[in-house]
Amino acid sequence: MSGADGTLAGAARLPGAGIPPRVPGRNMARRRTTDRVMRALLGIAAVIAAVPLVLVLLYVLVQGLPALNLALLTQAPVPAGFPGGGVAPAVVGTLIMVGLGTLIGTPIAVLAGIYVREYAGGRGATLIRFLVDVLAGVPTIAIGLFAYGLVVVPMGSFSALAGAVALAVIIIPIVARITDEMLGLVPGSVREAAYALGIPPWKTIVRVVLPAASGGIVTGILLGVARIAGETAPLIFTALGNDRVSTALGEPMDALPLRIWVYASGPYDSWHAQAWAASLVLVFLVLAFSLLTRLALRRRGAART
Amino acid sequence: MPLMTEPTTDARVDPAPSPVPAPAPRTHAVGPVPGARAIEVARRSDEPVQDAGVGVEIEHLDAYYGNRRVLRDITLTVHPNSVTAIIGPSGCGKSTLIRCLNRMHEVTPGARVAGEVRLDGDDIYAPGVDPVVVRQRIGMVFQRPNPFPTMSIYDNVVAGLKLAGIRDRSLLDEVAERSLRRAALWDEVRDKLSAPGGALSGGQQQRLCIARAIAVEPEVVLMDEPASALDPMSTLKIEELIAALRASYTIVIVTHNMQQAARVSDRTAFLTVGDDRSGFLVEEGPTAQIFTNPRRQLTEDYISGRFG
Amino acid sequence: MTAQVGAVRAELGRHRPRFGEPAFRGLVVLASLTVLAIIAGLVVVIATTSMAGIAHNGIGFLWGTTWDPVHSVFGALPFIYGTLLTSITALILSMLIGVGVALFLVELAPSWLAGPLGFMIEMLAAIPSVVYGLWGIFVLAPWLRDYVEVPLHDTLGWLPFFSGYPIGIGNLAAVVVLTIMVLPTVAAVSRDVVSAVPGSQREAALALGATRWETIRMGVLPYARSGILGAGILGLARGVGETMAVTMVIGNSPTISLSFLAQGYTMASVIANEFTEATTNLYRSSLIEIGLLLLVVTLVINAAARLLVWRVAYTASSRSLAA
Repeated sequence: MSGADGTLAGAARLPGAGIPPRVPGRNMARRRTTDRVMRALLGIAAVIAAVPLVLVLLYVLVQGLPALNLALLTQAPVPAGFPGGGVAPAVVGTLIMVGLGTLIGTPIAVLAGIYVREYAGGRGATLIRFLVDVLAGVPTIAIGLFAYGLVVVPMGSFSALAGAVALAVIIIPIVARITDEMLGLVPGSVREAAYALGIPPWKTIVRVVLPAASGGIVTGILLGVARIAGETAPLIFTALGNDRVSTALGEPMDALPLRIWVYASGPYDSWHAQAWAASLVLVFLVLAFSLLTRLALRRRGAART
Repeated sequence: MPLMTEPTTDARVDPAPSPVPAPAPRTHAVGPVPGARAIEVARRSDEPVQDAGVGVEIEHLDAYYGNRRVLRDITLTVHPNSVTAIIGPSGCGKSTLIRCLNRMHEVTPGARVAGEVRLDGDDIYAPGVDPVVVRQRIGMVFQRPNPFPTMSIYDNVVAGLKLAGIRDRSLLDEVAERSLRRAALWDEVRDKLSAPGGALSGGQQQRLCIARAIAVEPEVVLMDEPASALDPMSTLKIEELIAALRASYTIVIVTHNMQQAARVSDRTAFLTVGDDRSGFLVEEGPTAQIFTNPRRQLTEDYISGRFG
Repeated sequence: MTAQVGAVRAELGRHRPRFGEPAFRGLVVLASLTVLAIIAGLVVVIATTSMAGIAHNGIGFLWGTTWDPVHSVFGALPFIYGTLLTSITALILSMLIGVGVALFLVELAPSWLAGPLGFMIEMLAAIPSVVYGLWGIFVLAPWLRDYVEVPLHDTLGWLPFFSGYPIGIGNLAAVVVLTIMVLPTVAAVSRDVVSAVPGSQREAALALGATRWETIRMGVLPYARSGILGAGILGLARGVGETMAVTMVIGNSPTISLSFLAQGYTMASVIANEFTEATTNLYRSSLIEIGLLLLVVTLVINAAARLLVWRVAYTASSRSLAA
């Protein structure tokens, strides 16, 4: 540290114009070495950061592929230790709860995003944006406890509904924030054109501005869906899990992440194999969603600048 | 009937700028409020409405952005079924002035006006007047073409009607064709009415915006430098269009192009910027007189290119 | 056939809805209030359901070292300790790597590399926690045991940090998994913060004859400092609240040990692991009390981080949210 400061002082002492540059001394050599070492370290950090993704994806693929078959997705689990069976209840449950959670959470999120961007004055917008960000940072397990106290305790039983409520709370900040941003990308001239036709503000938003931003908002919803599809913690004490295919919202329901957790923690090889295969399905779905939506969002972001 | 208990969106303030301006969030300013009786009645009358423009009288109009006054004491009469050009150096408040005529000025946060603007004798800033109604009666065409990005050509033209709740298909079809014909665009788009509005060329888009503005049958059409973003050929088309529209509408056009003002307008108003950086009206009169024999030295300096 | 001119004016006069605007406005305000209500409700509902535990355990809950549900003795210190140990260690590691990545992406990497690399790190955040856990149990833990823990134990076993038996599952595995999971947050926010440093700062340093590293150190880091701090705090919040992957690899033992080879427990993982087995109301509400503690801590951490990051680079918070 002091060395670098010394070099700066040295640079400041360099003679003025007309005098040939000083021959690089010991000082300069040390600065060059420091520069090389630090640049190499930053590069190494980048490599280290990229390695886990490759490793995880590789293992999920290699371990999951052999156990992946149609039976896995269509059959219910068999008693522990027996071969065969599948995770059909988890597949069905994930579809139902993610779908329901999205249905509950998305309208609230989109409307809140509209409020922040189109209606709130400076202070109101800042406050709601702040709250949305804070909500995004709440641990999902705490959101699970919230849904437990809000739905499971009064209903007297674990239920798919409670799981969907927890997932809805998780998706709200994701979609609200993206709605806010995407509405911000719609040019003001579009709103002006509508006002000048004598169209009231709310209709301008619903019929003109929202359709213009809908691509980005849908993308954001898909991103949120990908995120909640992988959530385990908020489902443990809400949906609980179920060995049989269930579509009843008032009863316990299984989910892929829950099933992976149970199987990974168990002692049976057949469970482990199915956990890997189920992970492959989950990772494939989640990554495909995220990949597509991020690419789409990036294009929009690029178009803006 | 206006519900008198509802809040009003009277955007006027005392002529003296108050030290603490009431911040007016844009959405408040354009909120839905029952229209003033006079403005409403003109819309609702069952007697056959003539397809003709009406006059606009601007009286002692001041416009502000926050504490800054951008227009000072404008008094100007816009004659029915005529084209009035507003010219002046940049920054003199030309655009602000016409945005005050359909209450678009107040859409900008912190913007407000003082004074009166009378449409066919009724003050559009009177308490209880719904800006939405004002804007249906006074259409506007903007500097850059701004067709609705998600709508087809057809839907763009009838947007003002559809969004106001008119669903009568035959009426919509008729209005679409008539408006597009009047905007001299029909022949170019009649075969692709369902194509997106954004697919047209810049000049066509601007004519689409004109068609959209006249589809709601306004009495006055405001044009804010409508050709400034267009090529010469498109500009010529727009100018021809303005000449043709004069028969049916009162037109106010802002332009930075003096030749254009001379070509298209019947009357010309010249604005300039004062030392206090707010715009004021120097003089107004028949276009020929303003350009050949202005009464004021400022005007003569400007049109002869010595200033501005 | 031809509609009279004026028909449109008459029609428009007939369609004059007055209630659309207040109704819609009410709707969006209601939705925003729902967000507010959820945050308030989180605290209220969790506090209410943990009331029995709060009454029984008293304030001593915070420093009690014994967790013995059978005898209804509930002390949360082992979990608080485990959470702090794993998340702070993981935060330090991921800050070192994450800030390095951010600087590399913004300052050094050519664009053909920066794009895909940044994308990969964002993808790291998209993989579900439970999958990291699965990978942690079956791949990471055995590897750590054989190639890290055994050598550490053999050479540095006399240090309290590396005492005990190397079995793979334990604090070290939790730290590694947490580092991976916190990394995207730290890297993404840091990258945005570093990008927000004005180019003139870099040019000023370069014009003095500074090397690339000196430019980063003098021209970039001082300006990005508070934003990077915010990134770290956001990362901490993420680490403290992370549940599944940690639960699966930390060993789930309510002991307080300095050793990274030992098994531990965190606040989030004890809730996840024991909730469905909690048979008594007191046991269950004591677990929820831990959740209340976790919630309050993360709310405070998050609010602080958001305020810090917002000042520096507003967009940074949104990207990290998407991550």
